[in-house]
Amino acid sequence: MRKLVDLPTKESSKVAGKVGVSHKHESADKHVSGKAVYIDDRPDRSDQLHGAIGQSTIAHGIVKSMDLSKVKAHPGVEAVITSGDVPGKVDIGPVFGGDPVLVEEKVEFMGQALFAVAATSHEAAVKAAKLAVVEYDELTPVLSVKDALAKQNFVRPTHTQSRGDAKTAIGQSKHKLSGELQIGGQEHFYLESQISIAEPTEEGGMLVYSSSQHPSEVQILVAEVLGVPFNKVTIDMRRMGGGFGGKETQAAPWACLAALLANKTGRSVKMRLNRFDDMTATGKRHPFENTYDVGFDDEGLVKGIDFTINGNCGYSPDLSDAIVDRAMFHSDNAYFLEHANVVGNRCKTNTVSHTAYRGFGGPQGMISIEGVMDDIARKVGKDPLEVRKLNLYGQNDRNVTHYGQTVEQNILPMMIDKLENDCDYQARRAAITKFNHENQFIKKGIALTPVKFGISFTVQHLNQAGALIHLYTDGSIQLNHGGTEMGQGLNTKIAQVVAQEFQVDIDNILVTATRTDKVPNTSPTAASSGTDLNGKAAQAAAKTIRGRLVEFASEHFEVTQEEVIFKDNFVHIGDKTMAFAELVQLAYLNRVSLSSTGFYKTPKIHYNREQAHGRPFFYYANGVSCSEVVIDTLTGEYKIERVDVLHDVGDSLNPAIDLGQIEGAFVQGMGWLTTEELMWNDKGRLLSNGPATYKIPAIADMPEHFNVELLQNEPNREATIYNSKAVGEPPFMLAISVWSAMRDAISSVSDYKQSPVLHTPATPERVLDAVMQMQQD
Amino acid sequence: MINNQIQFLLNDQLTTLSDIDPNTTILQYLRQHQHKSGTKEGCASGDCGACTVVIAEAVAGKLRYKSLNACISLLPSLHGKQLITVEDLEDGDRLHPVQQAMVDFHGSQCGFCTPGFIMSLFALHKNFPDPSKHQTLEALAGNLCRCTGYRAIVDAAAAAKNHGADQFDRNVAHTIATLNSIARDTMAQLSLNKELNDGAQQAFSPLSLSQLSQIMLDNPQARLVAGGTDIVLEITQMHKKLGTIVYVGNVPELQKFEEHDDKFVIGAALPYSEFTPHLAVHYPEFGDMIERIGSLQIRNQGTLGGNVGNASPIGDTPPVLIALDAKLNLRCDDKVRQIAIEDYFVDYKVTSQQTSEFIESIEIPKPVSKAQQLKVYKISKRFDDDISAVLATFNLTIENDVITKARVAFGGMAGIPARAANCEQALNGQPFTQATIDAAKAQLASDYTPMSDVRASKDYRMTVAQNLLQKAFIEISQPQTNTGVVQYA
Ligand SMILES: Cc1cc2nc3c(=O)[nH]c(=O)nc-3n(C[C@H](O)[C@H](O)[C@H](O)COP(=O)(O)OP(=O)(O)OC[C@H]3O[C@@H](n4cnc5c(N)ncnc54)[C@H](O)[C@@H]3O)c2cc1C
Ligand code: FES
Ligand code: FES
Repeated sequence: MRKLVDLPTKESSKVAGKVGVSHKHESADKHVSGKAVYIDDRPDRSDQLHGAIGQSTIAHGIVKSMDLSKVKAHPGVEAVITSGDVPGKVDIGPVFGGDPVLVEEKVEFMGQALFAVAATSHEAAVKAAKLAVVEYDELTPVLSVKDALAKQNFVRPTHTQSRGDAKTAIGQSKHKLSGELQIGGQEHFYLESQISIAEPTEEGGMLVYSSSQHPSEVQILVAEVLGVPFNKVTIDMRRMGGGFGGKETQAAPWACLAALLANKTGRSVKMRLNRFDDMTATGKRHPFENTYDVGFDDEGLVKGIDFTINGNCGYSPDLSDAIVDRAMFHSDNAYFLEHANVVGNRCKTNTVSHTAYRGFGGPQGMISIEGVMDDIARKVGKDPLEVRKLNLYGQNDRNVTHYGQTVEQNILPMMIDKLENDCDYQARRAAITKFNHENQFIKKGIALTPVKFGISFTVQHLNQAGALIHLYTDGSIQLNHGGTEMGQGLNTKIAQVVAQEFQVDIDNILVTATRTDKVPNTSPTAASSGTDLNGKAAQAAAKTIRGRLVEFASEHFEVTQEEVIFKDNFVHIGDKTMAFAELVQLAYLNRVSLSSTGFYKTPKIHYNREQAHGRPFFYYANGVSCSEVVIDTLTGEYKIERVDVLHDVGDSLNPAIDLGQIEGAFVQGMGWLTTEELMWNDKGRLLSNGPATYKIPAIADMPEHFNVELLQNEPNREATIYNSKAVGEPPFMLAISVWSAMRDAISSVSDYKQSPVLHTPATPERVLDAVMQMQQD
Repeated sequence: MINNQIQFLLNDQLTTLSDIDPNTTILQYLRQHQHKSGTKEGCASGDCGACTVVIAEAVAGKLRYKSLNACISLLPSLHGKQLITVEDLEDGDRLHPVQQAMVDFHGSQCGFCTPGFIMSLFALHKNFPDPSKHQTLEALAGNLCRCTGYRAIVDAAAAAKNHGADQFDRNVAHTIATLNSIARDTMAQLSLNKELNDGAQQAFSPLSLSQLSQIMLDNPQARLVAGGTDIVLEITQMHKKLGTIVYVGNVPELQKFEEHDDKFVIGAALPYSEFTPHLAVHYPEFGDMIERIGSLQIRNQGTLGGNVGNASPIGDTPPVLIALDAKLNLRCDDKVRQIAIEDYFVDYKVTSQQTSEFIESIEIPKPVSKAQQLKVYKISKRFDDDISAVLATFNLTIENDVITKARVAFGGMAGIPARAANCEQALNGQPFTQATIDAAKAQLASDYTPMSDVRASKDYRMTVAQNLLQKAFIEISQPQTNTGVVQYA
């Protein structure tokens, strides 16, 4: 036998990278030095080909003929495939059908993949793909929500959540308002565009490197298009250059096409979408057009509300059923809606299929009710913050949502008070009122808005996770879990959990690429659940191994199990102390298994969709933000002057990472509501098809003063991983305060008598329009 | 003599390239030819900064560092320079101070934008060892990050201040000596030749004005490339080949900057970042506006010649140059003719430039009196690095409350950058009053029929054009009044 490695002798005093410390991102050193390998950075195999897609040039119609001879003749082209070349299933719809990997007959949006090319270089493939001659029988496209509603053109049936009798309650209310809010979609603009590499294996399967939030689904879909059993396909996913939901379902088509081309040629194929192809061929955050009727009293207390939530789903269901549901679940945000009727329509249009994006419909539901709060405040002549506070969920009564979940650990009222105080809201409100009186052209606005976001997949079976841990005889640990690293720090947090369990330095732990052959049947890394689910699964695996070590040590050294204590990279066994690695070696020599899986499923959740009643969420994550903006009433230009945030992450696993999530989400949310404007023309062509025309926030758009604080001493009262809370999505919606503050500034032009219509994104053009509304009325 | 090669330092390696497709971008060269994959592609259109690399040039015995977008820069622009990429920053196994600061301040999340930020930060700290927030934001405005929200990156930038000498400083003498050994003037002409599937590709990189003139006579169809920030998009976005390329960045006469008593003469191929500060002394609002053209990476490459030469209706400098009554010196062979810049723009993307002719320089008159006011407004969705929906310039001379001279020009309001003749007429000779402004605003509707597009609707364009005249009036007549929201911190 080879000698086991030497052991450390010096006692180290502390464990580095435990739970609760701001340990750096596991790949930080690699990020900054260019050594982090993304899929496009993998050295090309000598036989490797490059794929590209040929896209439809109309939004709706039937393909009459497709002449691909010029494509095939282009230098470097090795293979061209159409839907007829798919050996297995053509439909790769993730939940419901409707997403052909290549168009079979009917074109449903402009930019849809008609065929795919493999060539010896990326450039050759892209050029060749432009050379097809396609004839269509054009059909009239449906391009707007209004048109889809008129034609009852839906991707899934309408669904309603209801409590009490909204109609009667509104009818009997002293005041009534109604309105409409058009909410723009959002391009994910992950910096790394969609990419996959497929390598044929000797069993007739595929090894696929895919930049995906959902490797297990990619595995299934690749197997299905190839017509092979799932066990012949393995997905490897080390890191994504950003995901944000855009790589949950919509990473799969490119993996499938790479696999199909690899299958056809017997060579490995890389499929990387150019930015333009990515923006025209992949789905975005759903645009919504929501309407409301609300009844309230003199104080501004809501008596009854009727919401119609209309999501623009694009051409296929994708995840839209759950997304519109989540918009409906969040149309209360933090407010008790005694009589509420929430109808959700899933409109089908001839645009790309809109998909998951941070918040998953939640933001579009939440902004609607926040808009209502502002509108009510103008009507009753109060500061919108007062109206918000008045309508908040109560502690012991008025604490059940319109879908029947009791709001527990209701810390939002406390958080609002704290932030109002900490950020000097009232004094600033007074100063702003004065400023607006003294300035004719420049106006300021302020708003403080809450976020209450439900954590759990609303599709119950997804709330499960697996992990796999190996201990090696030098004491080093390899960790694998079903989640995917897209920048959110998931691997770092989970390594911290394992470091905590074994009480060893985080440097001893290597988190390896997410692979479907290590942890099978995983859920997407989505719904903010990555750490909650996978952290628990990894903890379970670690506990199993640790339990074996404890049992072994207590037997071997004849002490009680309580006397075996893991601490500071050492193990204390009775009065004996040994290095962690020493115990591992001893356990190995005594034939103790040093590898284990771990599994977790979220407890307590249940939901009956027919009755729209239950507890879909394990818990709520909360946040409050206050934004101050200044607008130019001559041009509509604006600047976000100050933002204060107080956010609830329970007991933080890693404050630096949580802070980064909150700040990043806020700025992304701000982009959604301000400069990021998707535009399609009347033929269904996406006009905002690149970063020159689609403007995500740049560095100077960051609020001039940006104060973000984590709420302290409020552990999650549910038994989540170290009582932390999910953080990926909730802070995105904090940015709604920016939009509300803009409406506040605009409203000042009418001396706060009127509430402006301000559809989103609130570009300078929309702001100027709204200012002019105030001046006219 | 034609030398079929270009030479540059790839970090510290003297590198000679010949027989390579001159349409190759620096990014393709790095990733595909050199297998250096640290530099990323996020857009291939100059908009995201993921591909940022740094170029060092030897100027007056010193190295001058500039960030640029490798995705839209062609290889000939490397001749005689040092190319530094993210892989080169570590010193042995020690991270460079800007890298370490980004780690310490949690400045990366997904990490895909990070190499680009690192290179922008590296150049920033080389140029400003203790950068102000303004300088930091300016240096990083062309680097998009979708994950972090930027705060951590700004903090990292501040923390890396005064980081002391690094290996590049230690090697300065050697680097300069090597760069100087690359014969820039003994070579008659640089050329890259490559036979490709789709025809002969040729690139010239003339080293003098006479060579350039001759090449243009011999190759009337050749495409001029200055900064390339516009024309290279034809390669990376439209997937075309440029055919014969003439890179003008090595022609000293096109790189000049002259300040005379009454005017500036700016070489057509001088990058923005090199002349803007001088111009800003006399025309601060012009200077502020140029700071919003693209990003620092773009302004380190982009030129006035290219901005005028591409004849775009939404180029930012032409309306200002028209309002200032700037002149173009157009050269063909050894003949130079001077035209008023407004006569250059004929129709949408059509100019009065003749075959084999090119812009040699641009002459901008200096203000004639204190009574002259230049107001420049750029309206776009995003403050930085965004193409204008409307660009407005009002060049007004007001003496004794009378407008004695008005030149008004707009971008984004017509198929070419154009003067507002009727508006000017309503202003000229009139008292500087609200009534005059109202009349002039109304005239804008007869001067222009703007279009709706992805950047703005026609109604917004017209309304904002009129409101900007109003704003100019307020700012000149009531300077204490608060009017602007879009300024740097
Ligand atoms: C990300 C990004 C952002 C941008 N933002 C802005 C912006 O905010 N405002 C703006 O106005 N522009 C913007 N641009 C466009 C471009 O950067 C500018 O127009 C720049 O000034 C072009 O200069 P260049 O030297 O790079 O031109 P090049 O690309 O080298 O050339 C452009 C055109 O001019 C011709 N040309 C070059 N030199 C001459 C000459 N001496 N004589 C005759 N013709 C010549 C070329 O043949 C070509 O047709 C942006 C571009 C990018 C990629
Ligand atoms: S890759 Fe985006 S700027 Fe070059
Ligand atoms: S860290 Fe992901 S884009 Fe910047």
